[in-house]
Amino acid sequence: MKGSQILLESLKREGVEVIFGYPGGQVLPIFDSLYDSDIKFILTRHEQGAAHAADGYARATGKAGVCLATSGPGATNLVTGIANAYMDSIPMVAITGQVKSFLIGNDAFQEADVTGITRPITKHNYLVKDIKDLVRIIREAFYIASTGRPGPVLIDIPSDIQVMDAEFNWPQDIKMRTYNPTLFGHPGQIKKAAKLIAAAKKPIIYAGGGVITSGAHKELKILAEKINAPLTWTLMGIGAFASTHELALGMLGMHGTAYANHAIMESDLIIAVGARFDDRVTGRLDAFAPYAKIIHIDVDPSSISKNVNVHIPIVGDAKNILIELLKEIKNTPDTGDWLKTVEGWKKKYPLSYKDDGKLKPQFVIEQLYEATEGGAIITTEVGQNQMWAAQWYKYTAPRTFISSGGLGTMGFGLPAAIGVKVGCPERVVFDIAGDGSIQMNIQELMTCTANKINVKVAILNNGYLGMVRQWQELFYKRRYSQVGITSPDFVKLAESYGAVGICVTKKEEVRPALEKAINTNNTVLIDFRVEPEENVFPMVPAGQAINQFIGGLA
Amino acid sequence: MKHTISLLVENKFGVLARIAGLFSARGYNIASLAVSETLDPDISYMTIVVEAKDVKILEQIKKQLNKLIDVITVTDFTKKEHVDRELVLAKVKYSAKNKSKLENVFKKYVGKIVQHKADVAIIEAVGDNGQIKSLLDELNKFGIQELIRTGKLAISN
Repeated sequence: MKGSQILLESLKREGVEVIFGYPGGQVLPIFDSLYDSDIKFILTRHEQGAAHAADGYARATGKAGVCLATSGPGATNLVTGIANAYMDSIPMVAITGQVKSFLIGNDAFQEADVTGITRPITKHNYLVKDIKDLVRIIREAFYIASTGRPGPVLIDIPSDIQVMDAEFNWPQDIKMRTYNPTLFGHPGQIKKAAKLIAAAKKPIIYAGGGVITSGAHKELKILAEKINAPLTWTLMGIGAFASTHELALGMLGMHGTAYANHAIMESDLIIAVGARFDDRVTGRLDAFAPYAKIIHIDVDPSSISKNVNVHIPIVGDAKNILIELLKEIKNTPDTGDWLKTVEGWKKKYPLSYKDDGKLKPQFVIEQLYEATEGGAIITTEVGQNQMWAAQWYKYTAPRTFISSGGLGTMGFGLPAAIGVKVGCPERVVFDIAGDGSIQMNIQELMTCTANKINVKVAILNNGYLGMVRQWQELFYKRRYSQVGITSPDFVKLAESYGAVGICVTKKEEVRPALEKAINTNNTVLIDFRVEPEENVFPMVPAGQAINQFIGGLA
Repeated sequence: MKHTISLLVENKFGVLARIAGLFSARGYNIASLAVSETLDPDISYMTIVVEAKDVKILEQIKKQLNKLIDVITVTDFTKKEHVDRELVLAKVKYSAKNKSKLENVFKKYVGKIVQHKADVAIIEAVGDNGQIKSLLDELNKFGIQELIRTGKLAISN
């Protein structure tokens, strides 16, 4: 078998159903083999789109996403998408062509040191130097990408390796002496955690993306209900717990709900599950949760005590640990008074916006929730659109909110929606976008229509790079520097791509436009002309304690 | 504060770059680094002296190193008995007049004059941190023109 055939056969055995990518000179043998393969291929219009689509596919399905690009510029165009997957611990395998082995280092045409470039943004990467290693490397790549704390793995394959012949020997098992993620928590630590929980008066559960990765949402719900603790989540943890549940406090942190932030600040015990105490969550570190002891459940030992000091670290898979923890918890705390206090904050500081008859972005998202009956998978771009999407749509299931958390990549939402829709074709998929972000990967509209991938795009068009404008308004005396952004006629643009475009300027047009989008068997782009200077509130200024809000409090 | 750690790593191309890259990307400092193959040619041994301002950073460095797929083990010598040595080569001012004085210095240290010309001698010495430091203090009296060091090697006992 040729190298390129070995690659595709290996991908098939790894259960890969779809590859997102773009051809080029140094991957010609792979595309030639692809011609005979039954693996689906989605040709994006830019390699960045391919990487985000593979990422979105992985977030929606839980399976590793695969993207493929040529050497040099093809590979460098993947870089943002790989970094994005790395920051959010998303399983992805990126395959790149490389110049012929004997030309490496010669500044050959379309050569770039791709393993060098991607070293700090991959969980691991490989340059295949010997055809005999190819199968093992692919097997290891999927294993590393999908286990422990997942992440992207890149395989760089020189084009001469792609045409070399070798026996196809599929290894059944993977053994790596250097890679053994800890899956089960230390029983002693779990016992200690159970005792601490029983003794708590004001416990709070703080859930992150690790809950979704590990599939621990059911156990999380049982835990919350068993110990009667309120639960807050990170941006990555949205969907880990039903936001309609009475113990749900919504997202915490910079744009979290006031009641979630008050609750974590006043708590005496934080049970952190698959979350990493990011600076957007903790605000000023030395002021964070001053009365709380912390139990930290995380699969990555380097996440423990990185930002905040933890009292009881438990390293391992969240689901396994929660199962054991639930067995250990015999006495549950009496949280009646605590829940009353929390309820008081909920009543005093509800999420709100001023409904003054103008078209508000928050209203659009509320309507989207109602029109889709909460059943859509939402992807987002980055900025105000993302925060409103996080605040105002009610998510009740994991893998339904797909957003660029750690890296904050504008242009993520549309290609990610493509990956989501390919992975979950029966679902309604909406990209909640801004007029700035959508223009960063707008070319992927063509990928949608060409492949009949019917995603819906809701642009909250305020004529600004809204989040940066908000910071300039609040912290730079309204000196708006390069944040006004012009856009094409989105309706005509959509039509020229073969999609349906709708422009909405009034409140009463919102619902019919959404209904039409949902019921149209095509890609639909809605240009919502929303209030230009609406802000995302509440907001904790960077570097402040997270109970120091500005704005938006009733 | 300086801490000595050692790593067993896969002897593959790019491994040193991964380790060096981790230090630079996360803002950690390497004071010295020595690498070579072990008895098992598939494995290399690295002794790294790191500068970490507190224990928390040292812990992070160790955890991050452990996360690298090519790293087999990480050993921290901070609280572990070990033997460490460093090799020094130096060019020292030399003359017929100070010859015996210089030779006398080496009676107290593991080292010698490797070769000399009329005005300069190349010396070698091996020792732990303290020994090398006091040797260099003595050689400074003669005048050191050039000094190179291997960085520390450390082995557990």
